Amino acid sequence: MLKKIVILLFVTCFACFNIVFAAESGGMPQLNPEFWISQIFWLIITFGILFIVLTKVILPKISDNLETRKSQILENIETADKQKEESQKKIDEYEKIILDSKLKAKSYFNQAREKILDDINKKRAALDKDLDEEIGEVEKELSDLKNKSGEKINKIAAETSAELIKELIGEEVNSSSIAAIVEDQSKINKERKDV
Amino acid sequence: MASNPMYQFNVYRIGPEIKLGSVDISFTNASLFMVISSLAILIIFNLGAKKKTLIPDKLQLLSELSYSFVAKMISDTAGSKAKPYFSFIFSLFMFVLFCNMFGMIPYAFTVTSHIIVTFVLAAFIFIGVTIIGFMKHGLGYLKLFVPSGVPMVLLPLIVVIEIISYLSRPISLSVRLFANMMAGHTMMKVFGGFVISLGIVGGWLPLSFSVALTGLEILVAFLQAYVFAILTCIYLNDALNLHH
Repeated sequence: MLKKIVILLFVTCFACFNIVFAAESGGMPQLNPEFWISQIFWLIITFGILFIVLTKVILPKISDNLETRKSQILENIETADKQKEESQKKIDEYEKIILDSKLKAKSYFNQAREKILDDINKKRAALDKDLDEEIGEVEKELSDLKNKSGEKINKIAAETSAELIKELIGEEVNSSSIAAIVEDQSKINKERKDV
Repeated sequence: MASNPMYQFNVYRIGPEIKLGSVDISFTNASLFMVISSLAILIIFNLGAKKKTLIPDKLQLLSELSYSFVAKMISDTAGSKAKPYFSFIFSLFMFVLFCNMFGMIPYAFTVTSHIIVTFVLAAFIFIGVTIIGFMKHGLGYLKLFVPSGVPMVLLPLIVVIEIISYLSRPISLSVRLFANMMAGHTMMKVFGGFVISLGIVGGWLPLSFSVALTGLEILVAFLQAYVFAILTCIYLNDALNLHH
């Protein structure tokens, strides 16, 4: 700014000096009115034509161009916004579907699990029942065997002792008396065992 | 003769003498450069406006940027009411800018370095703005000379000052442009003359100064066109909105 002022000062001084100096050779051509009218005339013509052509032809075109671009850009932004919204919607839907399917999968899993557990329980119960029955049968058999074994032993003992006696003395002994003796003996044995 | 720095401002007849009645309206070098500037504006902007592509090419971008530049300048200084005057201010800005810029070509004539040209433009603006002001506000336009909030004692003085400043608008507007252009071109011519007179030994300093001045003058050429246009907008704002 300061530099410009200095330069302009210098120039004005110079111009003043020059005007004075050049006054002898006709002065400033700007102040010579010889061609003033001609300049005004041509200024009006050229500027007038420029103004009319710019106003009527060129500026509306440029303004149209700018307007179409503006509206096009706005339109594009609008469509972009719309598409963004749509994609957001789609994403939401997708997430919902995933969430739903996850929940479904979980419920399926739970159902299957319960079913299997039920099955297992049922089978186990049936098995338990079977086992119990079998055990009962075996136990019964066992107790039968136990009960029968005493008698059988007694019978065998009586028979063997009868045979023995027969062999020893060659005389047949009443089997019922032998059985009574065996029974007594086994009772004594039992008592001994119990004691 | 050519060493006179004022010689470049001489107007001379090109072709035959044309007379309208007794008035000389011959085609001169000044007229030639007015025609060249106008044609250049029309050609550049027509080419720029021709193509209607969504993505602009260089010329289209240039014309559209100038359009929005002037539009923004007007809406910033004179508001939305000044829209009907857009094309005039655009033409004015472009005409002054191109005349200034063509003047920067060596041996070219600078149309705007003549007081008569700038004064006709400024006087036209002044008269136009005054007519617009009276048409919009009637006699209320005279309120422009009576600023609000001034004590009664000072009022006569202020009104006189306001009227003088209003009437001096065309003079200041025209002299600003004319003096800037003339001073710049004279200075460049003077330094150019120094280059020759100091020769190969001492001519480098004025030569470098001349180069720097060319840059400065191109800046001034743009700036003065801008100032001319923006002052027109401000005067228009006074006429349209009337809040002083």
